[in-house]
Order: sequence, then C-alpha cells, then structure tokens
Amino acid sequence: MIQTIAFYLFAALVIASAVMVIMSRNPVHSVLWLILAFFNAAGLMVLVGAEFIAALMVIVYVGAVAVLFLFVVMMLDIDFAELRAGFIKNFPLGIAIALVLAAELIFGIGAYQAGRIDLGVASGAAAPILGESNTASIGAVLYRDYIFLFEAAGLILLVAMVGAIVLTHRKRPDGARGQQDIARQVRRNPDEATVMKQPEVGRGVEL
Amino acid sequence: MIGIEHYIVVSAILFVLGVLGIFLNRKNIIVILMAIELILLSVNLQLVAFSAFLGDLVGQVFAMFVLTVAAGEAAVGLAILVTYFRSRGTIAVDDVDRLKG
Repeated sequence: MIQTIAFYLFAALVIASAVMVIMSRNPVHSVLWLILAFFNAAGLMVLVGAEFIAALMVIVYVGAVAVLFLFVVMMLDIDFAELRAGFIKNFPLGIAIALVLAAELIFGIGAYQAGRIDLGVASGAAAPILGESNTASIGAVLYRDYIFLFEAAGLILLVAMVGAIVLTHRKRPDGARGQQDIARQVRRNPDEATVMKQPEVGRGVEL
Repeated sequence: MIGIEHYIVVSAILFVLGVLGIFLNRKNIIVILMAIELILLSVNLQLVAFSAFLGDLVGQVFAMFVLTVAAGEAAVGLAILVTYFRSRGTIAVDDVDRLKG
C-alpha cells in the first residue's frame, strides 16, 4: 500500500517537474525543476531496490551536472526572452509530434504485452547475491564481468574533462599581468639575474 | 501492486516530454541540453526497472555507463556552448552556420 502511494507520488512529481523544465520561462528555473525531477526519479529507483544507482543519480546529476548547468546559465549574459520567440509558433507541431511518439510507444507496449509483459528468464549469471546489499551485488558484477568497460568509462570521463578544459581555457594576451612564460623562466641564469654590490659603510645600497 | 508496466508508462511519458522540449525550445540550446538529460533519465529509469523486475543486475551496470556518458556529454556540450558564446555573443541555434561554407 505504502509502496503504491509512494510510486504515484514520485511518478506524478517527476512528470510535473519534467513539464516545468521544458515550459518554464527562465532557464535557471528549468535547472531547478530538473534537479527536482532527478530527485524523484531517484526515489522511483529506490522503490524497486536499486539504491546504488539512485544514490549515483543524485550525486552525479544534482551534484555535478545540474551545478554545471547553473554555472553556464548564470555566467552567460543571454537575452532569454528573445530565444523564446518561436515558442508559441512551435507549439502545435511539437505537441503533434509528441502525441504521435506517445501513441507509438503505447501501441508498441500494448502490442507486445497483450496481457502481461513477459520478461523472459534471466540467465542468472548476474543475479543479485542473496543476503548482500544492492551495492555489493553490483560491485561483484561490475568488477567481475565488466571491468574493462568500467575502465573505458573512466577513460571517457578523462577525455571529456580534458576536452572541456581545452575548449574553455583562455590564453591571456602576451605580456598580460600574471602570465607565466615558462621559456623565460628556464632561460634565466644567475649572471643576468643577480647583481653583486659592495656598499660603503654608512651609505645604503643604490638600486 | 506496482508492476513493470507502471514504470514503462512513466518513462515513456518522460521520454516524450524530453522530445517535446527539444521541439518547443528550438532556439535555446541550454534547454535543449536539459531535454536531452530528461531523455537519458527516462532511459535510465527503464533500464533500472527492467533490471529490478527481471532480477538481473546487468541493467543497473549499464545504467551506470549511460550516466557516465551523460555527464561527459553535458560537460563537453556546455564547454562548446561557452566557447561559441565568447566568439559570437549569442547562443541562438538558428545563427549557428559557420561551417556552412
């Protein structure tokens, strides 16, 4: 009973916040609604016992991706009213395409189902370990069967990080304050960088 | 009792909403990226639901990979967006025609 109530609560909230993401006037509000949608989707995942993915969802999406979106939306000086100009014009076509797509999905599910959806039988090779938590079971499968794919995922993240830095890194113009000229630093030698002085007694050093 | 059908319907609705968001905000590339995140979220929900109801953890492992790619895509996409805004001063999708030749 409580599971049913929780499911309908999370499902209604995730759909409502998805609607607000695409309809809201201000992209900052869109990002905030997106965060709410991710939280509720994580709730839906917890309901079926996938707590590790749910936690990952909150950490990665809310902690990293949404903050990234917020930074970009707030740092760029964009006239969002101008970008919304075609919103009303696109509305009928968008709704029509969305309805067609929804009808296709429902028809596909209905045609396949005809009664109950037959999930088939899992091979059992990746079944959850009895008596272990969801996290431990996923860890066993991930590090046993998918270790190379896991490494490849890490490589993808590395490439994405390097790409993002290379794209957004701005080289300062030559001679700008604070610019580091490594060649000049390496070329420096003691003869031209230091001066020997023999000051007279009672008189300071003239620089 | 909540079955797999309920999860399929919720994630189908989410998917359609993501596609609708791309069509409605055709000029604003930031909202388009957010709509793509919604689509990936619906796919992830579907993978996790099937994995849980089938009793096979491969779906959840695959959802992790989808999550990885989504994070990388958002980072690179937003970096390209920032670079483009610096050089052109606008992010309207209609004006992106530099490679047209």
